[in-house]
Amino acid sequence: MNSMRTGALALLVWGWMWGGAGLADAGTVRIGVAGPFSGGQAAFGEQFWRGAEQAVKDVNAQGGIHGDTIELVKGDDSCEPKQAVAVANRLVDLEKVVAVVGHFCSASTIPAFEVYAEAGLLAITPGSTNPKVTERGFPTIFRTCGRDDQQGVVGAEFVVKQLKAQRVAVIHDKDTYGQGLADAMKAHLATLGLKEVLYEGLTRGEKDFNALVTKLRSVKADAVYFGGLHSEAGPLVRQMREQGVTAPLISGDGIMSETFVTSAGGPKFVDGVFMTFGADPRKLPTGLSLVERFRKSGYEPEGYTLYAYATVQAMVAAMRATKSTEGAKLAAWLKANTVETVMGNKSWNAKGDLKISDYVMYRWTSDGKYEELPR
Amino acid sequence: MNAHILLQQLVNGVVLGSVYGLIAVGYTMVYGIIGMINFAHGEVYMIAAYLTAIFLAALTLLGIQSPPVVILMVLILTMAVTALYGWSIERIAYKPLRHSTRLAPLISAIGMSLILQNFVRIAQGARNQGIPTLLDGGVRLMENGPEQFVQITHAQILIVVTAIVSMGALWYLIQGTAMGRACRAVQQDRTMAALLGVDTDRIISVVFVLGASMAAVAGTLVTFNYGSFDFFIGFVTGIKAFTAAVLGGIGSLPGAMLGGLVLGLSESIFSGFVNTDYKDVFAFSLLVLVLIFRPSGLLGHPEVEKV
Repeated sequence: MNSMRTGALALLVWGWMWGGAGLADAGTVRIGVAGPFSGGQAAFGEQFWRGAEQAVKDVNAQGGIHGDTIELVKGDDSCEPKQAVAVANRLVDLEKVVAVVGHFCSASTIPAFEVYAEAGLLAITPGSTNPKVTERGFPTIFRTCGRDDQQGVVGAEFVVKQLKAQRVAVIHDKDTYGQGLADAMKAHLATLGLKEVLYEGLTRGEKDFNALVTKLRSVKADAVYFGGLHSEAGPLVRQMREQGVTAPLISGDGIMSETFVTSAGGPKFVDGVFMTFGADPRKLPTGLSLVERFRKSGYEPEGYTLYAYATVQAMVAAMRATKSTEGAKLAAWLKANTVETVMGNKSWNAKGDLKISDYVMYRWTSDGKYEELPR
Repeated sequence: MNAHILLQQLVNGVVLGSVYGLIAVGYTMVYGIIGMINFAHGEVYMIAAYLTAIFLAALTLLGIQSPPVVILMVLILTMAVTALYGWSIERIAYKPLRHSTRLAPLISAIGMSLILQNFVRIAQGARNQGIPTLLDGGVRLMENGPEQFVQITHAQILIVVTAIVSMGALWYLIQGTAMGRACRAVQQDRTMAALLGVDTDRIISVVFVLGASMAAVAGTLVTFNYGSFDFFIGFVTGIKAFTAAVLGGIGSLPGAMLGGLVLGLSESIFSGFVNTDYKDVFAFSLLVLVLIFRPSGLLGHPEVEKV
């Protein structure tokens, strides 16, 4: 259905541009979108897809890349590292994509990026925040989000300076992303002179965390930091409140989805949960008209939607400027130039990390929405 | 260590253990009667969670509001439909393989589990689903200032009470009725039972129906308690319940209940007083230890070689 629609659109664009003159010139550029389109984290995959799809539509409507239209290819990794490698190989070898938007879960992104780096493909993740993603010296690897070490710093500063917590419990989900985030939190708490009262991991896929919650009571935690995803954060916060633990829960970008409310069992449980996330891209003046268009089509561009859109924009900008789809050339251009995206101007350092990250604190409210805290 | 925290962990463990026990019953009964592990049983529990949400929505649409009525009706409806699932699974995936090798129904069971999981994933979506909270609040015992109390939520009370009642009913059904006697006869010697006029195929279906209803009770209760579920919950819980069944002695009904309790309690005590990271390592080490010293589980009978 989607490919049919893009196909029809491409035909239309091609008609405008060439007036039916030269068929041979209309090539396609294939870009992969990899992420969890099934499994517990599918909500994030959908955000990726919506953002990338819209970006491609817009780019193709503006004439594509020197007349070539972009085509998206979906790769579903379910946030499973093994599946991610298989998907990466499929995108590279069978689908012949020239660039990849993705993956989402850091545990998937890390092994998958080895495949892309080996193939010399440009790969940009809109959402994997684990430091290791860009720390391995691969030249064609980028991200359009921040890093957990930056996220942990913002979280720790908030817990210590704003919440004035003394007894912080740090919990994670034993996964690359979650534990990485918890470690970053722990490290920055230490530099602020605070030792956490509890540091433990729960099991992904379980729903009963009552034993852990009782333990939070016994260590008298006055703030609980959780490194993990909404599917576990939801039941955790619910069971905390049910057992009368009033300590605030603070987490990272892994709970940035309205599914968090569902998994907690209602808005009243998420009320007052804090999280770090990039400054809301929907509020930036550069993205207002796009956000408006998304809302008109009945979709709220939450979470990573605009990140994925910006990722495609960066790829297209590099491809247009270098007139190439070669990973090394695109990467060199991205590291040397600034790209105008819906999220403002973005530029990257030699590792492929954003030069400026913009983590801020958000708070979930009693109506099941979240709002940026005044800085 | 203080007494409140210890008691609270015991409460957590009993609640968790009741859920494991209810599901373990399904594994143990099927094993007892046809000697196979029904790996699709965890998915039956997952389907029950979805059915709970569907029936809850339907009853709300019909304007039925009172929580006790809603809970009871959802429970009964879910049990009925889940039982139908259990019955069809046996008919479709296991019955045709009754006289083939031991391995065939096992593979068929794994296939059935994947089919159900993916069916629900595609039909219902992969996202977390949730239901509104029906049972709020709870009881605080021994309250003695902040943090010094033992809390039992109403939903947890519902879990434990319903588990006891349904286990009791099942026990009566197996021990006290003619059908139960037929079940036990088929378990002891299927050929002999058949010779004496017991319709063994029907009895095997009955066992699947009973097992699925118990899993339905667990699925409904868990959904009321935790409020959210997804298509994958059957996997982890299913494995834990299977462990409980083996721990208690697979094939033994009281063994499954005891195994569930032991597993739930050991998980929460270990998690609470030692370390949550290694909770599962501890639970499975316990299983290995029990099996080394009692290969047939806590209450299982050693298998007599039939010649």
